[in-house]
Amino acid sequence: MPTSFTPLSALIGGALIGLAATYLLATLGRIAGISGIVNAATDRRDDRGWRLAFLIAMVVAAGAWFAWSGAAPRTGFPWVWLAVAGLLVGFGTRLGNGCTSGHGICGLARFSRRSLWAVLVFMGTAFVTVYLVRHVAGGVS
Amino acid sequence: MKRIAHALVAGAIFGLGLAVSGMTNPDKVLNFLDVAGHWDPSLALVMGAALAVATPGFAWLRRRGCTLDGGALPAPPGTRVDRRLLAGSVLFGIGWGLAGYCPGPALANLAHGGADAIVFVVAMLAGSQLARFLAPMEKPA
Repeated sequence: MPTSFTPLSALIGGALIGLAATYLLATLGRIAGISGIVNAATDRRDDRGWRLAFLIAMVVAAGAWFAWSGAAPRTGFPWVWLAVAGLLVGFGTRLGNGCTSGHGICGLARFSRRSLWAVLVFMGTAFVTVYLVRHVAGGVS
Repeated sequence: MKRIAHALVAGAIFGLGLAVSGMTNPDKVLNFLDVAGHWDPSLALVMGAALAVATPGFAWLRRRGCTLDGGALPAPPGTRVDRRLLAGSVLFGIGWGLAGYCPGPALANLAHGGADAIVFVVAMLAGSQLARFLAPMEKPA
């Protein structure tokens, strides 16, 4: 479904994400990479408290904004497609040790060479995937 | 307790940022990745604004050498770009391009309560565990 370019909310939201990452590093000395936080919280009990608190607050705050702004979820996307995508995202971010937030924001913000490579590769692959799905195979939804 | 409070604040700002920026809408993400279609450049501004805040924030903390209350900062990032990092990023990029969800926005969409996000998140957790057992890592980078 087409969406419109929303520069102002993109800049404000992006600044908040950067602020949250800086805040977490300034207070707990931790990197705000969501896949890393999720993986550590599911794998081990030690230090699980702050990770769960971060994740729960993230979901609740997003939900508060959805309620306030009246944002509706996407529906009707094929489940098989979602399941395959989810498996790839989970497998890939564990293997590559990070996702859009960990490599894309925190990693680039600390000039990590690994993160720069990761971002170039996952962005490039995602561009190619969308092109193939939408313009070669004829789209999903 | 103070750590939990800080994590709640950071998570809430992060989740608000995701939702305000529109990145919790997978169509906006897919349209950013679709340069050949109805291109929506919002994601680029989200990342730009996040980096514009986090880069000086992280630099300030690195110069300071510790967190606000004297705690340790994470070790500098590793520099080795290996096959594991690249292969993981390729898989993540494909999954991201298939559904438009990366880990943070996928979790945030749980707040909508719809099946779309639940299917994706369950598959993502499964994919991560699969990678953990099929390709165990010696040490996080």
